[in-house]
Amino acid sequence: MATKASRAAARLMISPAVLLLLGWMIVPLSMTLYFSFLRYNLLMPGMEEFTGWTNYRFFLTDPAFTAALWNTLLLVGGVLLITTVGGTLLALLMDQPFWGQGIVRILVIAPFFVMPTVSALVWKNMFMNPVNGLFAHVAKFFGLQPYDFLAQAPLGSIIFIVSWQWLPFATLILLTALQSLDQEQLEAAEMDGAGALSRFFYIMLPHLARAITVVILIQTIFLLSVFAEILVTTNGGPGVASTNLTYLIYMQSLLQFDVGGGSAGGVVAIILANIVAIFLMRMIGKNLEA
Amino acid sequence: MGRITLDKVTKSFGEVNVIPPLDLTINDGEFVVFVGPSGCGKSTLLRLIAGLEDVTSGQIRIDGEDATDMPPAKRGLAMVFQSYALYPHMSVRKNIAFPMKMAGMPQDEQNRRIEAAAKSLNLTDYLDRRPGQLSGGQRQRVAIGRAIVREPSAFLFDEPLSNLDAALRVNMRLEISELHNALKTTMIYVTHDQVEAMTMADKIVVLRAGNIEQVGSPLELYKTPRNEFVAGFIGSPKMNLIRGETAAQKGAATIGIRPEHLAASTEGGLWQGTVGVAEHLGSDTFLHVHDHGLGDEPLTVRVDGEMAVRHGDRIFLTPDESKLHRFDKQGLRI
Repeated sequence: MATKASRAAARLMISPAVLLLLGWMIVPLSMTLYFSFLRYNLLMPGMEEFTGWTNYRFFLTDPAFTAALWNTLLLVGGVLLITTVGGTLLALLMDQPFWGQGIVRILVIAPFFVMPTVSALVWKNMFMNPVNGLFAHVAKFFGLQPYDFLAQAPLGSIIFIVSWQWLPFATLILLTALQSLDQEQLEAAEMDGAGALSRFFYIMLPHLARAITVVILIQTIFLLSVFAEILVTTNGGPGVASTNLTYLIYMQSLLQFDVGGGSAGGVVAIILANIVAIFLMRMIGKNLEA
Repeated sequence: MGRITLDKVTKSFGEVNVIPPLDLTINDGEFVVFVGPSGCGKSTLLRLIAGLEDVTSGQIRIDGEDATDMPPAKRGLAMVFQSYALYPHMSVRKNIAFPMKMAGMPQDEQNRRIEAAAKSLNLTDYLDRRPGQLSGGQRQRVAIGRAIVREPSAFLFDEPLSNLDAALRVNMRLEISELHNALKTTMIYVTHDQVEAMTMADKIVVLRAGNIEQVGSPLELYKTPRNEFVAGFIGSPKMNLIRGETAAQKGAATIGIRPEHLAASTEGGLWQGTVGVAEHLGSDTFLHVHDHGLGDEPLTVRVDGEMAVRHGDRIFLTPDESKLHRFDKQGLRI
């Protein structure tokens, strides 16, 4: 972009795309904002009227909201913890030379290719089912009482299922990061008297910091909106024990036909997601700087 | 102390035998340079001494003690890598402190050694910077600083100057030589650059395909190369090697004469040829002489920088008989 003319041309040519994307974002956002101030219920068509902040008051004072907020944070935090720690350990393991490395790497990536609904259903019916599930059979083999995972620990089970899906992603990113580590640095550390643990904490982990940051940021975006896994396993229950914000908004607008309330929830969710994003960038954003 | 002895050391990677049985003794305080063309096993040899590679057979002794199976950290050697291998996320101070921190040295002793090393290497102003903010020469000095503070029994350098520009390389060469004079510690230095080897070494080890071709002081190698390979490798520009009739007259399969031992004249001499390329360096001029009737390779001659010769000129050459090297059919010196 050397000359004024080429800069102007660049702006002109990029503008259709920018305008399209802007419209694509602005229209649904403003409609959501507009609906959130209406009393808009699909059971009472044609009765829409402006209600001010009522929808927000109802949504925020709903006891399910606080529960859903905590569940969302627990789900995101839990999955992040399991996938980054587990991903780092798996990446360390797969970085070692061993026979059948290529096959193992493909196998490890496999869960990422399974659709969320499918994997959640497989876990629900084939593993966690208290009568027919594999875990129940194992428990019975040892003479134990089968554990009803989705009823006794619904959120924990969903965290486990979602972690299983996202572990390959974290492993893959961290493995490539690990492979880009200069071997001479590790050798230098070895000569400097650093043992395996010191080499991990002083050399490898700092090198992985940027990749871990990327994993956390990308996963947070997707984990805030986990929906399919909850829908097909627990339906948010028992009670609201496994309801996250996304699922609460779904219940509000599509099970209770309350478009206004659902829109208010959506706006709240956008604000909360931004708060989470600001916190994340404050905490780990500096890792992304060169 | 830093006396290192290699006793029938071999190294193979799978089927490939990189280093055939090799014996070498490096005395305490010596500056030893391993030199050879790329792929000759010189870096592997250094890594064997460092302990970064396991020897396939044979024994490595450091100060008389068997170090063959010792882990690298226990050998008391410090290494400076080609890529410097600085830790990018640590400041210069922390980089230098790392080996002492790993050894659990008290903090004030660490600080004392860091200050001393930084002072001797002109790094005092840069101690709080990250390696990424330093120039190539400064990074090199940090890597050396990290090696010095350990007070090792020997330093190992793996082509440390190959990433620097020409002017800086000359400077660092001097600095490393001065460091050796000041510390009097054993240093082992790997390079493919025979100039570095000649200028720095007390003892040069010329390697080819894992074999030691010759060991000796720079001048020994220059004056009495044991075979054709060493003769061609040491000295710049390369020695002229002449085969055939002319060599047979001198009772050898090959004769060698260095460019600086050929007298050039425009009037007359023993051999004659046409000047091809003339490289003017100011102090000297290197002439590549063709059509001399002694073989296909052009002869290289060093003449005074003042001598006015141009491309296409006729020139006469006379070798200095006392500086003539003669080699037999196997390439060994006669």
